[in-house]
Amino acid sequence: MKAITRLTLLVCLLAAVCFAAVSPDKPQLGEELARSSETSGHYGGHVTIGDRAEPKTLNPVLATDAVSREVTGRMMADLIDINRATQQTEAALAKSWKISPDGRVFTLQLRKGIRFSDGHSFDADDVLFTFAVYMDEKVDAPQRDLLIIDGKPITVTKVDRYTVRFTLPRPYASAERLFDGLAMLPKHLLEKPFHDGKFAEAWSLNTAPTDIAGLGAFRLKQYVPGQKVVLERNPYYWKVDRENARLPYLDELVFLFVGTEDSQVMRFESGDTDMISRLSSDNFTLLHREHDRTHAQLADLGASLEYNFLLFNQNDLGAKKLDALAQKQKWFRDLKFRQAVSAAIDRDSIVRLVYGTRGAALWGNVGPGNKFWINSSLPHPARSLENARQLLKSAGFSWNRSNVLADPSGQVVEFSIVTSSSNTQRMKMATLIQDDLSQLGMQVHVVPLEFRALIDRVFQSFDYEAAVMGLGGGDADPNPEMNVWTSSGTSHLWHLHEAEPATDWEREVDQLMQQQMVTLEYAKRKKLYDRVQELVAQQLPFIFLATPNVLAAANPRLGNFHPAVLEPNTLWNADELFIRNAPETAGVQ
Amino acid sequence: MRTRTRALIALVIGLHVILLLAGLIAPCDPAAQNRRLPYAPPSRLHLHDAAGWHVRPFLYRMVPGSEGYEEDRSQQFPLHFLVRGSGYQILGLVQSEWHLFGVDEPGQFALFGTDGFGRDEFSRVLYGGQISVAAGIAATLIALCAGTLVGLLAGFYGRWIDDSLMAGSELFLSLPWLYFLLGVRAFLPLHLSPVRTFFLLTAVIGLIGWARPARLVRGIVLSVRSRNFVLAAQAFGASDLYVIRRHIFPEVWAVLLTQAAMLVPRYIAAEVTLSFFGLGVSEPVSSWGNMLSTLQQYSVLVSYGWLLAPIGALVITSVIYALLADTLHSHLEFHST
Repeated sequence: MKAITRLTLLVCLLAAVCFAAVSPDKPQLGEELARSSETSGHYGGHVTIGDRAEPKTLNPVLATDAVSREVTGRMMADLIDINRATQQTEAALAKSWKISPDGRVFTLQLRKGIRFSDGHSFDADDVLFTFAVYMDEKVDAPQRDLLIIDGKPITVTKVDRYTVRFTLPRPYASAERLFDGLAMLPKHLLEKPFHDGKFAEAWSLNTAPTDIAGLGAFRLKQYVPGQKVVLERNPYYWKVDRENARLPYLDELVFLFVGTEDSQVMRFESGDTDMISRLSSDNFTLLHREHDRTHAQLADLGASLEYNFLLFNQNDLGAKKLDALAQKQKWFRDLKFRQAVSAAIDRDSIVRLVYGTRGAALWGNVGPGNKFWINSSLPHPARSLENARQLLKSAGFSWNRSNVLADPSGQVVEFSIVTSSSNTQRMKMATLIQDDLSQLGMQVHVVPLEFRALIDRVFQSFDYEAAVMGLGGGDADPNPEMNVWTSSGTSHLWHLHEAEPATDWEREVDQLMQQQMVTLEYAKRKKLYDRVQELVAQQLPFIFLATPNVLAAANPRLGNFHPAVLEPNTLWNADELFIRNAPETAGVQ
Repeated sequence: MRTRTRALIALVIGLHVILLLAGLIAPCDPAAQNRRLPYAPPSRLHLHDAAGWHVRPFLYRMVPGSEGYEEDRSQQFPLHFLVRGSGYQILGLVQSEWHLFGVDEPGQFALFGTDGFGRDEFSRVLYGGQISVAAGIAATLIALCAGTLVGLLAGFYGRWIDDSLMAGSELFLSLPWLYFLLGVRAFLPLHLSPVRTFFLLTAVIGLIGWARPARLVRGIVLSVRSRNFVLAAQAFGASDLYVIRRHIFPEVWAVLLTQAAMLVPRYIAAEVTLSFFGLGVSEPVSSWGNMLSTLQQYSVLVSYGWLLAPIGALVITSVIYALLADTLHSHLEFHST
């Protein structure tokens, strides 16, 4: 009997140990956890994502390329998050915050009992350390510019172990959006390399998984060079589902390096990967055709925040020996010339032929995908070759007997459009524009360039005449667009390195952008930004073309797949994804 | 000359006549975009409808449907022969508007379907063939001229002239030609007109390819130079130029013909490769290479098979030339023995 009792107790003990080993951690006492409002799923399984390149680093401060941000973003967490579905801010590691009436002081309350993925506790010291790193000149984080307002840094002070105060030099509109994407760093792991001046070498791809800790839903398990990165569930993650079960549901998240978008599609079709984001319309149509076989979940989320445009080189050439270009800049700087080009471009055909109707034509920098900030009163003039001809005539241009356009001095209007050879959609746009402008008698050549060569010409050497490029897509808020529209901005592409605004309208745009940045009320900000859009649409520093829809696809067994317009389009809620036991009948969203 | 040789020569001539008369045979302007009909499948010709059989073939207009394109059966477009259409020039001299066949607007006869801009693929294959084949022939002529000159000089004079010229040919033979071409293209101006691009491309391909014919010619010259009739001519005081022109060059001629038949398809493929990578003739001028470049996209490759038409044209051209080279080689070998 005694032997049987001992045996029974032993079996029960073993079962308890096994159960504890299999079940993810239940929330502990003292933990202030966030609760997901999403449909509850169940544990287990893994999701594989095909990426076009390998990450370059696992350090969230230094991650600038899309793949590195995608991987580190799953391992890290921020104080305040922008919910990609609603595009509004919500509490993350900070459970609440107060803003002073003048909009300069933010007091954040941190969640208590939260631990990094290595079990170490998280508190205000980590927050102070994190912002010291971001604002350090030697680290030179890309996010540093966001934390310096009017040349003065944001001040971060510790009120108590779970309260942090941020003081801004002046009011800053939508300041809480600044915190999104600023990953909280573990002081206990990174303080030493930071003080030793070796922060840039910390958390490289060679770092052992045990030396990296974050507050994200996943932590690093394995990196196989040239093949994959594997993330595993973070057992200390600070979020639970509706049933109080700790997230994430997935055991693993695998990033497979597959190369091109075409390889991504092929691997997805064969079942090697479970999700694709930012599909081209051609590939989306292909997957749509095969839907009866694959039953994949396909999502068309409507217009993205990206804007594609034709850009004319209006830069000061200075000492650069580009005489032929200098002659042509007389045309490019003529507003009527740019208006004529804009009038001649067939935007409907661009949407149809380039995006397969899964896109939207643009006449300004804010498209229909940005519902909060679009200026809906901007005119959308239809294509008119007649208007274009009138504009050119009034600017002194004329046509010879062969219907070739010449400028007032008799020089034939001939120029080249450069674009990235790896971007087939922009190549197609350039070809359509070439055909449109040939109907005005302009001789246009399309020159595909390797991407880095294109960037070098547009940003450094200025050795180009016109270019088809794209910008935007980061956030819906106007503030990230400061560096495009202000005359001193690093992406003020048509006229870089302006010592001061070259035109009255650019001066007005500078003032409007600065004003909206410090205006706290949405309605007033909207009015200011509407005027910016109006000026940009009138003056045409960019001739806006079109924007693609955000298209994504996923395995039919993937639950809580809710792609969003903001990046990361499909992984923003990776903590809520789960594998269904049986696939739902999936259609096109 | 044997029947087979005659037939192959006739095929080659026929191929070039077709390409020369591309304007007449093509129903459309190759650059004309029909933006309502991107990626339309090949038009289907009908002889029969509800009313019965018809002598004259006809087609229906393609309109976008739920699953791609559908035929709009509300109106028939009979196929007409010798119709007036878009203007063109033959060899830049003869202006014409006549086309071998066509249909009335708004119908469009797309024998090989349309590309992503709604341009007629059949017309573009014909016009593109002019560029690609002309580039191949011109590059071959340049390579053979340069190679023949170098080979004759090296083989006839020997010694240091032979040593230095053959060392140069070895250098060219060892170059990875594609990367060399890419490098040369990188040095050229940012944009060039299609005509300039064509000539530069042809010159570059031809100048890279002189080495092999040069070595071949040199070998023949070396063997002929020591023949009795050459020695006799030299003993009678014939000049070097006379000996080369009268006695040596006729021996080389046969090999040059065979080489030409082998090099043309190779240089056509070189032009196609460069244009495929965007380094050759650019839009809107069509060449087989830039027509195939859209097939680098997986979705286009698997969805629109008719865009492979330039590959068919390239294969047919290459096979005809390969057969001609083989036949010429056999024929000339037979006659020399």
